Amino acid sequence: MHNPLRSEADAFKWVVVIGGGAVSVIVLTLLTRPVVGLLWAALLIGFGAGFAYRNARGSLPRSVALTRGEDGKHRILVVANETVEGEALLEEIRGRSRGRDCEILVITPALAGSRASHWASDVDEAIELARQRMELSLIAIGRLGLRARGEIGDSDPNVAIEDALRVFPADEIVISTHPPDRSRWLERGVVDRAREQIDLPITHVVVDLAAEHSVR
Amino acid sequence: MESATVALGHAHEEHHGPPEAHESSRIDRQTLGILLFIVSEVMLFGAFFAAYFFLRVVVDPPAWPPEPYELPKAVAGINTAILISSSFTIHYALESIRRGNRTGLKLGLVLTWLLGMTFLFIQINEYVHLGFSARDLGFGSIFYSLTGLHGAHVFVGLCLLSFATIRAFRGHFGPKAKDHLGVEVPGIYWHFVDVMWIVVYTTVYIL
Repeated sequence: MHNPLRSEADAFKWVVVIGGGAVSVIVLTLLTRPVVGLLWAALLIGFGAGFAYRNARGSLPRSVALTRGEDGKHRILVVANETVEGEALLEEIRGRSRGRDCEILVITPALAGSRASHWASDVDEAIELARQRMELSLIAIGRLGLRARGEIGDSDPNVAIEDALRVFPADEIVISTHPPDRSRWLERGVVDRAREQIDLPITHVVVDLAAEHSVR
Repeated sequence: MESATVALGHAHEEHHGPPEAHESSRIDRQTLGILLFIVSEVMLFGAFFAAYFFLRVVVDPPAWPPEPYELPKAVAGINTAILISSSFTIHYALESIRRGNRTGLKLGLVLTWLLGMTFLFIQINEYVHLGFSARDLGFGSIFYSLTGLHGAHVFVGLCLLSFATIRAFRGHFGPKAKDHLGVEVPGIYWHFVDVMWIVVYTTVYIL
């Protein structure tokens, strides 16, 4: 969920939008009757609230800027949180790296416990948990004989991907999630949004941790 | 962003220099502080609006404003335009400092301060000439409470702008986001004060 008020520039936009709405209410009221203006104001408030809610759900109308490496290496951006140690993900990384000089960046979004925590930037614990998972994952990838580095990303996985692509010229992206019945990322359309916004091959890996643990 | 690197199974920490970490959807503490303060202020205004609508809708007097009182819509409308203009000037000040234009910053802040003072002066002048006081019916009480509450916020905003303006003339603030938080935070507050006045004017004077 995106905070719609993060800077003075955002606040100014609110002033312009609310001011514009108020002008229409005032003009309508002066031309007709207060009750008409009141109804129009209620309609505008309802429309504004709906628009803000829809926008906060993260339908970002932008595409992510891409850069390309010049050294011939194949770069894989891996995005995963709780599934970052999953066997299916490691197998996917191994398969995609086979026979290539690869550089791998593992992004582990620091997932806030709740929307309130996210809005309040109360993510210290989430960052620590994500860091622990990421380090274990890097060790596991290292055991495959591959070179990887990791970073903690924004709590919004799509924003974390966008951030990573600014500094990592990926050739492809691997996003790992829980199975559809348990994945909040899939519920929020993280993979679909990434495919809409990013002009790179994107592989979605489903990691069923429960099944993997039962096999062990 | 934190980072770590593992190569061939051997874990070791590695420092990564620039570019600077992206905070993306995270915001700095000062901005978060003013946003939370604004949330509490919205609740405060909400309580006053609840009282206003209670008097107007539930008590339901025969006319609103009650006879023989009348509100100066035109003068208050001009005052509204003055206050909204000040949002543009504070935004101009911030856009200027983001581009490294210190003259624009100073000009924007001074204009904002002057427009805010003009608004306050006109409002006090309006109080003097209204012809009713806070003791005249519930209408008088709630009118002075709502507009007075807002006026107090304008006064606080002017104090914050005074600090920012003095600092600007002393050479403080820079183009980087962290170097002009002293203007950014009062700017957000000032926009909030403007939005609240738009709501107060539309509700109390027009509807």
